[in-house]
Amino acid sequence: MTPAPDLTISGTATIDGATLFAPLTLNLGAGQWTCLLGGSGVGKTTVLRLIAGLDTGADFTGQIIASDGQAVADRVAYMAQDDLLLPWATVAQNISLGARLRGETVDLDRRTRLIERMRLQDHMTKKPAELSGGQRQRVALARTLMEDRPIVLLDEPFSALDARTRADMQDLAAEALQGRTVLLVTHDPGEAARLGQSIVVMTQQGLTPCEPPHAPAPRHVDDLETLETQGALLRLLREGAT
Amino acid sequence: MKYLSALAATLFALAIWQGIVWITGLPKFILPGPALVAETWWQNRWLIAEHTWITAVEVVIGLAFGTVLGVVTALQLANSRAAQVLVQPMLVFTQALPVFALAPLLTLWLGYGLWSKVAMAVLIIYFPITSSFFDGLMRTPAGYLDLARTMQASKRSILWHIRIPAALPSLASGMRLAAVYAPIGAVIGEWVGSSQGLGYLMLLANGRAKTDLMFAAMLTLGLFSILLHLIVRRATARMAGEMR
Repeated sequence: MTPAPDLTISGTATIDGATLFAPLTLNLGAGQWTCLLGGSGVGKTTVLRLIAGLDTGADFTGQIIASDGQAVADRVAYMAQDDLLLPWATVAQNISLGARLRGETVDLDRRTRLIERMRLQDHMTKKPAELSGGQRQRVALARTLMEDRPIVLLDEPFSALDARTRADMQDLAAEALQGRTVLLVTHDPGEAARLGQSIVVMTQQGLTPCEPPHAPAPRHVDDLETLETQGALLRLLREGAT
Repeated sequence: MKYLSALAATLFALAIWQGIVWITGLPKFILPGPALVAETWWQNRWLIAEHTWITAVEVVIGLAFGTVLGVVTALQLANSRAAQVLVQPMLVFTQALPVFALAPLLTLWLGYGLWSKVAMAVLIIYFPITSSFFDGLMRTPAGYLDLARTMQASKRSILWHIRIPAALPSLASGMRLAAVYAPIGAVIGEWVGSSQGLGYLMLLANGRAKTDLMFAAMLTLGLFSILLHLIVRRATARMAGEMR
């Protein structure tokens, strides 16, 4: 993996002439987790998809720049709320999907290490339908790690999981994605407070940066300062909505 | 349980049939009863088998050609905007035409033998195969395509590794429909012009007021179609994602 760059996205987006988000500037610190927190429909997923180079249905005027000056879209790994596992492929095949799609040889040693790290060794030859929601999301995380990209874009990847599995996945992802430039888009203030090394709240009015708790991420779910931050974030979200 | 209910339904249908024969008292050249048809069937079993074989060959070849043709067309359509604009309306229009009307022409073009019947079967199944596979190819879940794009997959690789596998269940349902339609196509071809096959046998029996033989041939065709459908269903189970 090449060193993770700083990332800056600045600009404005419109859909059929209506403003989706007003001019904004978002900085993603190199090798850091940035949590973009916001309600539905404020355009936070659009920001993520713009960085990933995916269709958004919106007209974006602005720029997306990496601090090392290289292209961004071909250096990202992407993980969504839906695990996007191919139902006809085994767990192992799903994890190495990227190499297969690019026609490259699969690094089997690396894949085996990731499978062990995600505690999936008993499920390698299973199809996704045989797994639980948490297991499926671990496969998706292994697939993301297999790509070994310096920039990782997470679009509410844990929001469909139950509370316990979600907390487990947050710990696992925080540890596994260390050192990469991560953008986590979420609507959960608790998740942002636990994981964000930088937290930005997105509302109709624009972006509001927010002081993250002092403890290193992933923070304990009952860490007092984390809980206070969670409350403060929720208040910001509610104020922004009115 | 499944077989038991199938058996019960068969017996029920036979009872209704026999009941109608008894109540109406129709002569046997108008409506023969099940017992007579069974007897005729047994007496003519080799004749019927011979003609069934002819029809079966036509149907199987027709299915194979129709499937290949449909799959290739669907792939072309899915791959090219121009093909969609130019070919798709034509496809739908041909489906609105009664292809049966073409049967005499096919006999004229391709002769009296096997190939005019194969062509008729192909014509009948081509559309269901093409449209079901094409629909499947166009309905790839958007998330898969997003993921593949962030992995820098080429269009070709996306088609091969994601869109085609995702469309296989749709193709399977098209093929299952085709298995039921293809025998109808072959028989229509035989009606218009042939000297062998179940369609020919039915027409012949009908013309000589051998209604019992007509029924025997027709039921054989029905059984053959069901058997073919079951075989195709089994063969496409993996494609349809019903087996793991």
